[in-house]
Amino acid sequence: MMPVLPGIALRHLLARKRQTLVSLFGIMLGTAFFLGISALMQGSEADFIHRLIDNSPHITIEDEFRNPHLQPVAQLYPGAVIQMHRVKPETETRGIRGYKQALDYLRTMPGLRASPLMQGQGLVSFAGKDEALSLNGIIPQDIDRVSTIGSYMTVGTIQDLAANPDGIIIGSELARLLSLERGESITVSATTGQRRVFKIVGIFHTGRASYDQSQVFLALKRVQALLNRPNRANSIIVKLDDPYAAHDTAGRIETRLGYKSVSWQEASEDMMSALALRNIIMYSVVSAVLVVAAFGIYNVISTVVMEKQRDIAILKSMGFHAGDIQSIFLTEGLLLGALGCGLGLPLGMAIMYGLGLLHFKFPGTSQVTPMPIDWGWHQFVIAGGFAFLAAVGAAVLPARRAARVRPVDILRGAGA
Amino acid sequence: MSAVLLKAERLTRTLPGEVPVTLVRDVDLEIREGEFIAITGPSGSGKSSLLYLLGLLDQPSGGKLWMDGKETSGFSENVLADTRLSRLGFVFQANFLLPEFTALENVLLPMRRLGRLTAGEAEARARRLLSDLGLEEQAGKLPHQMSGGQNQRVAIARALANDPALVFGDEPTGNLDTRSSAMVQGILKDLSRKKGRTVIVVTHDPDFAAQCDRIIRIVDGKIAA
Repeated sequence: MMPVLPGIALRHLLARKRQTLVSLFGIMLGTAFFLGISALMQGSEADFIHRLIDNSPHITIEDEFRNPHLQPVAQLYPGAVIQMHRVKPETETRGIRGYKQALDYLRTMPGLRASPLMQGQGLVSFAGKDEALSLNGIIPQDIDRVSTIGSYMTVGTIQDLAANPDGIIIGSELARLLSLERGESITVSATTGQRRVFKIVGIFHTGRASYDQSQVFLALKRVQALLNRPNRANSIIVKLDDPYAAHDTAGRIETRLGYKSVSWQEASEDMMSALALRNIIMYSVVSAVLVVAAFGIYNVISTVVMEKQRDIAILKSMGFHAGDIQSIFLTEGLLLGALGCGLGLPLGMAIMYGLGLLHFKFPGTSQVTPMPIDWGWHQFVIAGGFAFLAAVGAAVLPARRAARVRPVDILRGAGA
Repeated sequence: MSAVLLKAERLTRTLPGEVPVTLVRDVDLEIREGEFIAITGPSGSGKSSLLYLLGLLDQPSGGKLWMDGKETSGFSENVLADTRLSRLGFVFQANFLLPEFTALENVLLPMRRLGRLTAGEAEARARRLLSDLGLEEQAGKLPHQMSGGQNQRVAIARALANDPALVFGDEPTGNLDTRSSAMVQGILKDLSRKKGRTVIVVTHDPDFAAQCDRIIRIVDGKIAA
């Protein structure tokens, strides 16, 4: 036999099937939409971060310092007031000094891959046309471990650069503009005035037109020579096995090497805060759906309390406590909430599944991608938990009102 | 002489408000075990209000009330409710059954709340109470499927569920036809005469009152001489 209080609660709900069903539907749909939308938003966020993490370095070590160099005397007397006149800074070749030692250190760190990069500006002159270029000096053997550029190759491979140090890899857009093909030679001039002839060994296509037009990849040594900066690299790019450790790892690297190390989180801080804002907006909107649904529950339980004044009086006169009456109506909220979640979560899963079947093409890309859906368990916990809380919360006020009913007031009214 | 179950001393109930209304005024009363008492009086005289005070449904604004020798003014809401559950039974005017529950379930409710009997014992007792009142056929019926008289007999069975010392009736025959009314009167009388229970009823019906051991007449909230 069912315990007496939940038994009464259940009878109340079953006695008004239509109202109960409507409020149940409210919570069910609320839960389902909450789940579907939050899974889509979380999924697209995860997808976005995934792309971000995949296509950019997890950490970039730059040839810059966060803080200006202190003069030795200032280091010797920290906190002292020091004034120095006519300090003439040493002119240094730009770039990370001793990048090879830095790389040796980085390679001792577990779960970490690093490759140096020398970047600079250049110009290609071909058939009377000049195109500005960003020169990327890379170590072809290492680059695949830290960059996805290899996967965008349409003609040749990155390794062709290793075989031919005088090779160059250009983007598809540049190739189109200048009508270039593999095997042809182009002359690249750097801002230093150095010129050199390179043979095209490969062509890549990322889909981003400006990137495909301006970026070229060459052997590190050649770029160092073009830019008159032998044995320098102006950045080291790092990939981690665990991208989310980038922030802490960047801090450790910066402490050790002194050079500014920027994690992907730091580099895309504006993006991340936009995502956080988007989450706040999304959760407020879907919560509003559930709040509206909770009003349905409030309404049905309120109505029951109003209609059941006499029953409440009978139960109280019989010897039921105020607390018993309150728990009867709370149980009604609990039942509606639990049942609403129980039906809403599978419905939400169906919505998620349906959304996952949709494929569409993002503008500017040629790929057809499915809707990103996050199937993480925490979606279900948040949606279910919130719906449940909303349902029980909606029952609290009517339940308290029911508990306050004085049987004599009702009996007096009825007996008169 | 049997023991005193209820004792009231200068019992007063005033409804607060801009113009306070005194429903019950300075009532002194002693009710002994096994008595069959009628409270009568004109409409609005305060007889039901007195019944609610004696039945611990309402709390007096003045005076004192002892039940089983215990002064009840210090009782909390919950203690009052527990006392009602285990010691008192109520029969109201009519149609005071829970409409979603069958006759049997209505009778079971107080027993299940008290939890003194096992589920099996409680059901057996509820069925026995119903059949004592000639309702064995109606056990599975909902209140709206039964007549007013049957409903009222179920209410009596429910009032007796936890074997109360005192049974209160607030115009228990008020809404019944003559035949049903006579039947309910007979049942209440038997409760007192044959089972030795204390029964207190508020009634308008002089014939019903005449069958009682004692008539307490209330006029303007006071016991009339």
